[in-house]
Amino acid sequence: MSTVNLHIDSHDDVHAHDHEHEHHELPFIRKYIFSEDHKVIAKQFLISGMFWAIIGGGMSMLFRLQLGFPGQSLEWLKPLLGGWIENGKMNPEFYLALVTMHGTIMVFFVLTAGLSGTFSNFLIPLQIGARDMASGFLNMLSYWFFFLSSVIMFVSIFTETGPASGGWVIYPPLSALPQAMSGSGLGMTLWLCSMAIFIVSSLLGSINYITTVINLRTAGMSFLRMPLTIWAFFVTAIIGVLSFPVLFSAALLLIFDRSFGTSFYLSEIYIAGEALHNVGGSPLLFQHLFWFLGHPEVYIVLLPALGITSEIIATNSRKPIFGYKAMIGSIFGIAFLSFIVWAHHMFVTGMNPFLGSIFMLLTLIIAVPSAVKAFNYIATLWRGNIVFTPAMLFSIGLVSYFISGGLTGLILGNAALDIQLHDTYFVVAHFHLVMGSASFFGMVAGVYHWFPKMFGRMMDNRLGYIHFWVTFVGAYLVFFPMHYIGIAGFPRRYYSWTGFQAFDTFTDLNAFISVAAFVTFSAQFIFVFNFLYSIFKGKKAPMNPWHSNTLEWTTPVNPGHGNWPGEIPIVYRWPYDYSKPGAADDFIPQNIPLSSTPESNLPYEAEMVKEEQEEMKASNAH
Amino acid sequence: MISILIISGILLFAIVFALLFRTQVLLNVLKGSYNKRVDVAGNKVHGILFVIFMIVFFVGMFGYHEIAKKDYLPDAASIHGAEADSLFWISMIVILIAFVITNILLFVFPYLYAYKEDRRGYFYPDNHTIERIWTIVPAIVLVILLFSGLKLWTNITQTEAPANSTVIEIMGKQFAWQVRYPGKDNRLGEYNFRRIDPNNEFGIKVEDKSSEDDFIPRELHFQKGNPVLLKIRARDVIHSVFLPHFRVKMDAVPGMQTSFLFTPTISTNEMRTKTGDPKFNYELACTEVCGRGHFAMRFLVVVDEPAEYQKWVASQKSWKSQNEDYFAETLKKVTATPKATETKVHKDELSSL
Ligand code: HEM
Ligand SMILES: [Cu+2]
Ligand SMILES: [Cu+2]
Repeated sequence: MSTVNLHIDSHDDVHAHDHEHEHHELPFIRKYIFSEDHKVIAKQFLISGMFWAIIGGGMSMLFRLQLGFPGQSLEWLKPLLGGWIENGKMNPEFYLALVTMHGTIMVFFVLTAGLSGTFSNFLIPLQIGARDMASGFLNMLSYWFFFLSSVIMFVSIFTETGPASGGWVIYPPLSALPQAMSGSGLGMTLWLCSMAIFIVSSLLGSINYITTVINLRTAGMSFLRMPLTIWAFFVTAIIGVLSFPVLFSAALLLIFDRSFGTSFYLSEIYIAGEALHNVGGSPLLFQHLFWFLGHPEVYIVLLPALGITSEIIATNSRKPIFGYKAMIGSIFGIAFLSFIVWAHHMFVTGMNPFLGSIFMLLTLIIAVPSAVKAFNYIATLWRGNIVFTPAMLFSIGLVSYFISGGLTGLILGNAALDIQLHDTYFVVAHFHLVMGSASFFGMVAGVYHWFPKMFGRMMDNRLGYIHFWVTFVGAYLVFFPMHYIGIAGFPRRYYSWTGFQAFDTFTDLNAFISVAAFVTFSAQFIFVFNFLYSIFKGKKAPMNPWHSNTLEWTTPVNPGHGNWPGEIPIVYRWPYDYSKPGAADDFIPQNIPLSSTPESNLPYEAEMVKEEQEEMKASNAH
Repeated sequence: MISILIISGILLFAIVFALLFRTQVLLNVLKGSYNKRVDVAGNKVHGILFVIFMIVFFVGMFGYHEIAKKDYLPDAASIHGAEADSLFWISMIVILIAFVITNILLFVFPYLYAYKEDRRGYFYPDNHTIERIWTIVPAIVLVILLFSGLKLWTNITQTEAPANSTVIEIMGKQFAWQVRYPGKDNRLGEYNFRRIDPNNEFGIKVEDKSSEDDFIPRELHFQKGNPVLLKIRARDVIHSVFLPHFRVKMDAVPGMQTSFLFTPTISTNEMRTKTGDPKFNYELACTEVCGRGHFAMRFLVVVDEPAEYQKWVASQKSWKSQNEDYFAETLKKVTATPKATETKVHKDELSSL
């Protein structure tokens, strides 16, 4: 194994040196725009993701205005929203369009592209010790497909008939029939085109991540020495490769139904005064296909965040991550199970109830590996020596959301209880905590932690602390109360509840949530400011600001194309040798040989020293 | 109430900023600490804040529950609903126990183990016994929850409708509900979506004898204590029947029939006494987004005592009797071209299988 690695590696070395020569002559456009450098591509994804987060978050502010203050005139928004404000009121279809776009943007553009795109790209080569991705060109294509898809989605917001409005899950027939709502016209067409391209981008990215992790690890970086970040990105990419194509086919069939008169999802429909010709299709087919991606997607969003947190929590607790192998095991457990629980979104859709029982069983099983992860985080904090960097705070916040949101999953996964709670605010509370807030916190934590590596400067800590506390408390104030509203049965995707006696309560609480949302959203601009300011004016970063073990901190402060100016470091140990008894310092980077740390080697490591020296000799000879 | 919440929120932020500021001052005093790896005093602040946060969080969530519960839905008005509610609250207690324990650990550890210069973290990479325990204990709890849930789910969904149950058809369309009762023969007339027109919203087949006594009221009436079998469909896009007080929800899907069997147990009048609200009414809502009017698909529901229910049924006029002309005309059309219609209808039925 290791010889193979060495071989590939040195081969790559030669190659990379060649590269560097060409590199000096790269014009601006190849260096910063159509760049093949994984670090530049990562930053492109990050900045696009931040742009989308502001758009998607801003939309939620608009509909929170509507929900929090139903009677208020929104005339003052007319300059922004134009015809969508009618007599001081928001158009109900536009409300649905906002909800739909908000969901789509947050899930796909921010937390899939923005999160995986940024950190898989940035960290995989740096942490496994590679010069770049397996294919820089495909990597570049991946970003530019994403960019194209973003442009199409963005344009769709400004169409006359409005963007797609049938919910981010775009269930047909609603999404298939332009007669059903105006957003199902051009807006939906653009949504489908954009998502099809998005999937291409995501697949190109994932294939690259998988190949890179398998083939380009530096000497000594065996699978069981990889940081948990890499494990998480690797498995996430596998999930993506297996599930996104299914969404692609679902979308393709929907395109056929919309444009070519087929009946995959349509049957026996009478709408707008006429009976359609379609018979024999099944709307449930779409839902199965959609959720076959949709549920794994939840983990595509969450796993990278969990990987990032594992790394940050271990580093800043100055302790090894507790249960490294159990963490890997639970990543695989979650990944596998995530493919066989999709129909828990469909308990009351008319699906065979027996199938419901099966999916309920499988769903509750997935709680076990998730629980193991939460316990392992907590055990890592236990008796640590915790440094609260902003990244660490956000990671602890993530664990808190992950627990709060995950626990209600046990209730929703219970089909008998889901009857009442399905499509109520209880669900909105659940997924915003466990997937929305948790993943968002993972992403922000990652930015704070790896900013020094990305830009060679430090972000301001004090702004980071304020950002954390306002956001942490704020997001709880926004999403936790939604549980109460959900228990009271309030349906989601409602423009207003006042028409129902049963839902004409909690007006105070809804107003409160909206205020909390405005504050929390505004606080994100502290972060944006800190980010932009620090790129140019931040304190210069040291080589290894967090005293971390992983390889990225062995590169120069501003790594160039190829990452390491000289040889790629060789890896001799796992990444979690923090506070090792006997060691001089409280961390031992991965590239420090066991033979040079006899004082701290564990018994089995002492035995490995010999083996290691032979390896070193072999690689020197090469 | 809301003001208490807002005040406590402001207070919390004030504490945060005060503490953060204090560190700033401390920092300036101890200029030397700049060169140190970690500003120990400032670091400790976050540990304290986590504990404060935890206390406020617990007080807030349990306290608000006490205030909010008057606005939760009233007691379930169906047999399975009452069972589901108790399972819900039992599960809630289980997860709350897990929630409280894990949160205490999560927020107290940062306080206890905040950075100290003279301390090292405890090198503790794993412990298989502990890991086994915390894999197995949740698994056991889950299995218990799972089986109680499975039993209830099977009860709700896989029971045959008893012979005495009332069959009611509910059809969703943009943006209203329509309901149809089978009349004396207790059989709903057949329908075909191609027969739908403004007079015949259901697409009822007039030539089917059992459609003659079907009636289409403006309200949904259930008989207290008698099982109700809802036959649910939609004619344009997906809708979802949600009867919050009965803990009933089932999608209405075009081209497919779904159903829900349940037994109402509390009459509207009883519920009015129970809630102390003389204007209380049961309601039917839509919970699958279906377009512009999704939020307004309200339909009135009444639960009658058996005697009242019989009276109400007797007072209903059949759809046919209200649309004699249309009925006769359509019947003529259908019978005039028997062959064509027959084959066509036949084909439709095949394809809808
Ligand atoms: C800025 C803070 C946010 C606020 C105030 C917020 C608020 C909301 C609300 C109230 C809804 C339900 C609207 C309705 O059903 O009528 C909603 C829907 C949704 N949100 Fe958020 N959200 C926020 C951030 C996020 C994030 C970070 C994610 C990422 C996962 C997210 C994902 C979604 C999704 C998937 C939906 C469902 C959309 C649909 O129903 O089709 N949101 N959001
Ligand atoms: Cu799911
Ligand atoms: Cu609806």
